[in-house]
Amino acid sequence: MEYRLRTPISEQEIRRLRVGDLVFMDGLVVTLRDAGHRRAIEYLRSGRRLPIDLAGLVLYHMGPVVRMSEGGWEIVAAGPTTSARLEAYEPELIEKTGVRLIVGKGGMGAKTAEACKRFGAAYAIYPGGAGALAAEAIEEVEMVEWLDLGIPEAMWVLRVRNFGPLMIMIDSTGRNFYEERRRIVEENMGRTAGFV
Amino acid sequence: MLTEDRIRRYVIELMRAAAIHLPEEVKTSLRRAYELEDDPLARRMLAAILENVELAGGRRRPICQDTGVVMFSVRAGERFPMLGRLPEILRAAVVEATRMIPLRPNAVDVITGRNSGDNTGDYIPWIDWEIVPEEDYAEITVMLKGGGSEAAGGVTVLTPSAGIEGASKFVLEVVKEAGPRACPPLIIGVGISGTTYTAICLAKKALLRGMGLRNPRPELASLEERLLNAVNMLGWGVHGVGGRTTALDLRIEASHRHPASLAVGVVSSCWAFRYSTMRIRGDNVEFLTHNFLNELEVD
Repeated sequence: MEYRLRTPISEQEIRRLRVGDLVFMDGLVVTLRDAGHRRAIEYLRSGRRLPIDLAGLVLYHMGPVVRMSEGGWEIVAAGPTTSARLEAYEPELIEKTGVRLIVGKGGMGAKTAEACKRFGAAYAIYPGGAGALAAEAIEEVEMVEWLDLGIPEAMWVLRVRNFGPLMIMIDSTGRNFYEERRRIVEENMGRTAGFV
Repeated sequence: MLTEDRIRRYVIELMRAAAIHLPEEVKTSLRRAYELEDDPLARRMLAAILENVELAGGRRRPICQDTGVVMFSVRAGERFPMLGRLPEILRAAVVEATRMIPLRPNAVDVITGRNSGDNTGDYIPWIDWEIVPEEDYAEITVMLKGGGSEAAGGVTVLTPSAGIEGASKFVLEVVKEAGPRACPPLIIGVGISGTTYTAICLAKKALLRGMGLRNPRPELASLEERLLNAVNMLGWGVHGVGGRTTALDLRIEASHRHPASLAVGVVSSCWAFRYSTMRIRGDNVEFLTHNFLNELEVD
């Protein structure tokens, strides 16, 4: 199935999505990488409010190439980074913020899948490396926070239009496409014996 | 003879070409993978990749936001007049290119974690040298190597009894474990040798051989074909969603080994295999991978 969704995404909308579905997003996407996740978790644990309420929004594992011009920030390239590094933070972030859709590349683990199931969220991939295509979907930079972490690690709040294709890899039933794929690959590995 | 200043400007254009325009042979290979693909999700992913490649060229924007670690390979004639000056010229070009193109600053101090901000630092940009006897030209290749693709790299030392079969199995294990993290379809370089160091150097040399070019030695050429097929049999496919193509190409370089050790190195690139080569001879600069730049004049 193919969906066009707009933020804020409701729990009902996210629970309708299944592994293998394609989604195109309109609305607000917030970026966080490693250092940004660490700080967000610190904030949440100490009861401080994040610069933006993530409830119903899209969280994107991405550190952009940017250019500063007279009109403000321009996002030049904006493809995803490897999500696995953020596995340690994501379940808590999902639980405490109500973020609905996590976007990255390469897949996430069992704890994130469990959090998606419990709290009504999903994980999708954006085609890795497609930085120019992703930048094309960004209409404007709404705000940027935590620039002290450096440009890639800062929290970028981006207004997007038709951001996709996002392919659902973990859905709110807890299914994890990559885990299933990995088992197939393990079986195929056996079949390559004798082939070389 | 070109001045240092002009060489630096040409190197900036070389880096710009690498960051923005995928080499024609890589594009052709991706298009072929798209035409051959029958898995609908994999087709969708390949279509997005191809759209991205066209868009990057059209908008003159980097293909991927991870503009990578800057690595140069220089084949310099022994009589190339600027030989001793090249390291400084390349470093200065990287600083300027980072600001101009722009590239993402990706050079981080290993102890403090501080990003230098200009893609230079200790040993970075990395430069590999090959001296060509009797010649007076310099052939400079820049590769921008994204961080994700490092997931599909590794080196091991096997006992020789493991044989070519053991070496092949190691390559398959590396690709299997990396899975979608390395941004497949991959281009894989394999080095087979006697030490970890020589194996990994040969793997990088293999990676930089042209697309589809086979090892001149027939046994190794045949192994390249079989191992490429086996990698594709794993079934990770484009971005791990399945389908026919996990790797676009696989090349092997081998040296004589130590009697007691069989070392295997793997160096891979993600689909966004970004490199560009130019040759400087006298006043003349020729771009070898990005021909359209040959019209270019820098002042």
